[in-house]
Amino acid sequence: MERIDTIKKITDELTNELVVCNIGFPSRELHHLKDSSTHFYMLGSMGLASSIGLGIAMSTKRKVVVFDGDGSILMNLGSLVTIFNQNPDNLILVVLDNECYGSTGSQCSYASTVNLGKIAGAIGFKSNFFFDGDKKELDFNEVLNSCGPVFVHVKVKPGNANVPVIPLEASDIRSRFMDEIKK
Amino acid sequence: MDGSQAVYNTLKQSKINFVVSLPCVNLDKIMKMVESDEDIIHIPVTREEEGFGICAGAFMAGKKVAILMQNSGLGNSVNALASLFELYKLPILIIMSHRGTEGEFMSAQIPMGNATPKVLDALEIPYFIPETPEEALNLIPKAWNMAETNGTPVGILLSIKFW
Repeated sequence: MERIDTIKKITDELTNELVVCNIGFPSRELHHLKDSSTHFYMLGSMGLASSIGLGIAMSTKRKVVVFDGDGSILMNLGSLVTIFNQNPDNLILVVLDNECYGSTGSQCSYASTVNLGKIAGAIGFKSNFFFDGDKKELDFNEVLNSCGPVFVHVKVKPGNANVPVIPLEASDIRSRFMDEIKK
Repeated sequence: MDGSQAVYNTLKQSKINFVVSLPCVNLDKIMKMVESDEDIIHIPVTREEEGFGICAGAFMAGKKVAILMQNSGLGNSVNALASLFELYKLPILIIMSHRGTEGEFMSAQIPMGNATPKVLDALEIPYFIPETPEEALNLIPKAWNMAETNGTPVGILLSIKFW
């Protein structure tokens, strides 16, 4: 499955959840599909989407969905250990795994030889999903009804959709998102 | 007053209620005070950059945030400070044990100790260097106030002689 179709399939199931989206094309694709004050588009700080999501989840009761990638979670694997130990029941970490650094020219990542879901399982994640478009169809409703923290490993095809840069200033993304959380 | 007690008192005075930490021998007492405080969410982290990410999220969800760390962790946090905190105008109080300063017994701490103020200068992050617990009582609340007002990280460098 293409990554943008996967993001669409997931966001179609969301209502009031807060979303933290990874740097680069994933954020551009999400913004193109649907823009919302519930979205935090991470424009820099590669690797930190899951950490930002954890900080939000520890500070609010609302459900938080993080779109991370294989290359970026590999940059911050310690985050999985912290999330497991803090055990927020409202955090869902989705790793869109295309086995490459998609926003920089699709250079291979180690996710082609290492199973990220097994890493999460070894750390202790009890809610641990794996979806592969060919063998197991993505069912995000099941994910949303699971007790967090949830690790969701989704294999997607490499490549980016032809979508424009997000026309928002970082400080506007921040202010809008903060106002949404204050509601 | 004891230096650790002074720093903890200023965290309370500034209404800091979300703290991430990585240990330094000089921060041990403050970390224990924060851990046993029911009004502060304390998250030990695996690496300083991760801690900055967590604090960015917590701040956006309404918390007043600080990190307790040794200056050696500043190096791995530079990109988060620039492309997350500066970019999105996010505040954080950085309470840093500054090793490699006058009185350091471990020569391995000296290179990063020397680089620390220059790294903060390069990032245009303001910082204060309280030399006594009394100065900390005065400066740390001002530092958090500055961080919140300007939407920027502010550093507190606690040199070896502070303790």
